[in-house]
Amino acid sequence: MSATTEAPDTTTAAKPKLKTSAMIASFADPGQKTASAPFGHALVKAAQENDRIVGLTADLGKYTDMHIFAQAFPERFFQMGMAEQLLFGAAAGLAETGLVPFASTYSVFAARRAYDFLCLDAAEPNLNVNIVGGLPGLTTGYGPSHQATEDMAIFRGMPNLTIVDPCDSIDIEQAVPQLAASEGPTYLRLLRGNVPTVLDEYDYTFELGKAKVLRGGNDVVFVSSGLMTMRALQAAKALEAHNVDVAVVHTPTIKPFDAATVLAEINTDRLAVTLENHSVVGGLFETVASAVVTAGLGKRVVPVALPDEFLDAGALPTLHERYGLSVQRIVAKVLAELG
Amino acid sequence: MTTVRETTTPELHTQELPQKERMTQETVTDRLERVSAAAYRIRHHALNMGEVQGQGYVGQALGAADMLAAVYADQLRYRAEDPHWEGRDRFLLSTGHYAIGHYAALAEAGIVPVSELETYGSDDSRLPMSGMSTYTPGMEISGGSLGHGLTIAVGMALGLRYQGSSARIYNFLSDGELDEGSTWEAAMGAHHHQLGNLTAMVDINALQADGKTDTVLRTEPITEKWEAAGWYTQRVDGNDMAALLAAFDNAAAQAATSGRPSVILCDTKVGRGVPLLEEREKAHFMRIEEHEWQLCREQLTAGYEGKASA
Repeated sequence: MSATTEAPDTTTAAKPKLKTSAMIASFADPGQKTASAPFGHALVKAAQENDRIVGLTADLGKYTDMHIFAQAFPERFFQMGMAEQLLFGAAAGLAETGLVPFASTYSVFAARRAYDFLCLDAAEPNLNVNIVGGLPGLTTGYGPSHQATEDMAIFRGMPNLTIVDPCDSIDIEQAVPQLAASEGPTYLRLLRGNVPTVLDEYDYTFELGKAKVLRGGNDVVFVSSGLMTMRALQAAKALEAHNVDVAVVHTPTIKPFDAATVLAEINTDRLAVTLENHSVVGGLFETVASAVVTAGLGKRVVPVALPDEFLDAGALPTLHERYGLSVQRIVAKVLAELG
Repeated sequence: MTTVRETTTPELHTQELPQKERMTQETVTDRLERVSAAAYRIRHHALNMGEVQGQGYVGQALGAADMLAAVYADQLRYRAEDPHWEGRDRFLLSTGHYAIGHYAALAEAGIVPVSELETYGSDDSRLPMSGMSTYTPGMEISGGSLGHGLTIAVGMALGLRYQGSSARIYNFLSDGELDEGSTWEAAMGAHHHQLGNLTAMVDINALQADGKTDTVLRTEPITEKWEAAGWYTQRVDGNDMAALLAAFDNAAAQAATSGRPSVILCDTKVGRGVPLLEEREKAHFMRIEEHEWQLCREQLTAGYEGKASA
């Protein structure tokens, strides 16, 4: 450092510690039970049983837990570089030769950068290509370049594509072998790193294409997917203190949607609320709304979802609170609805 | 519609061995004549298909007929009666609109019956205007959205190599597709992964939808681009069958000794083989009047016979 450099700001130490928007921010609560890299380990386990499974990534192996697979099966892992069109085209090509590829990148890139390649090369010929998208919805504080708030809206229009929005490590562990076994392309909204383990406390198993009632309740019914099922369960517990009895229906498969199970729960006098880590446009809320209208139910549904906006950068807890995904905001919304 | 001029049609519609092992007794001249005859028939089929529709990508089919003939009549290993045979070489038509030429080649290979060609582009036909794998036997991919073929080819080459297959991948693309960034993503990927089992063929007709390639988006210097991407690069007159066959032989020899992917850059002439169309103003979608189709076939046959007897 040269002598002309300004003197360091000696007041820094006295400032309060700022909340970070670090990339590796976890949405797990302090002290919560978690599993490390459940996707990577589940893929390794599935690959031990199915030698047709291969993995590829677009320069995001370490950041999508694909590195676990790459270390276990280096000869079955293909690095495509920062080239998402190649990633999806090559995944389709691998599937054309009878292999079962899992291709990982971030959800923003999967949905926005290379849609045509997944659509025409994998979905149209209905190939078993499995896309794994990291940072779905609002799971990073990096701003719109990394926040895939509309990935489900983009993907829901693609024929043949199965869309899975898992809640926790249990969902991911159980979903991976089922995605590999199912025909046709799939998109998994990945939760990575230290992922909360939530659903082991319930009588629950993941079944592709099925919604499950996790708990019953007389006053309110939550229909939720992804990490918002964890928040829904927490909010349901918190609402007990207000003498509000809440049922929770978890719908990890967004497409094809288990309308029968969801409509049976919604078609009651209870307040119906959808909860999703996604824009209010084109995600779970609209999936449920369209099922409700198609069935001819005149039922109001209240969405808990991200606004139809480009979101701020910042720390995840700050942003979840700001945009209504926090337990506190959910509880407040339900109490306001119940008047 | 006229019958195609009598030329020797292959008796067995199956090529299971590499060209070098399959045709050990064949002289250079015999080989050239055999493949040139296939190119003639492909052009003739394409004109017939174009006439049924009254339009179509006839100009491209005529231009690329020699490339297609070199692949289907000489290079490709396939079983006509079993288009999904695991050991087959894969020919990927990235340029979906060249399907008219590809169908003609598939008919030449015995994979699609010649009698079916007249359904080209009609309702419920297995031969849609833009090639799709879900419609046509022998059509490996659905092209048409340009810049896809080479990315799929990279995955196929990786997958076949991983599974110990000796099958080769041939990806047909056009110079217009060099506009697409995905082509270059795939070019880098193929080099990075040392995909010696992959051969790309680029039809350089210097024409794309909005006009001449050098006025739409300059792609030259093409040779240097592929060389820089690490590919074994050859540039030939794509309407000179002897040069094409030599290029394929070079590519095969090179593939056996190095892990580099191979590209054959083929300068072709839209409408090749039919002077009437060669001289017409070049257009992506060439108009041919009703009365001209017969004239086109006559010119094609006259040219072929003249060359054959020369």
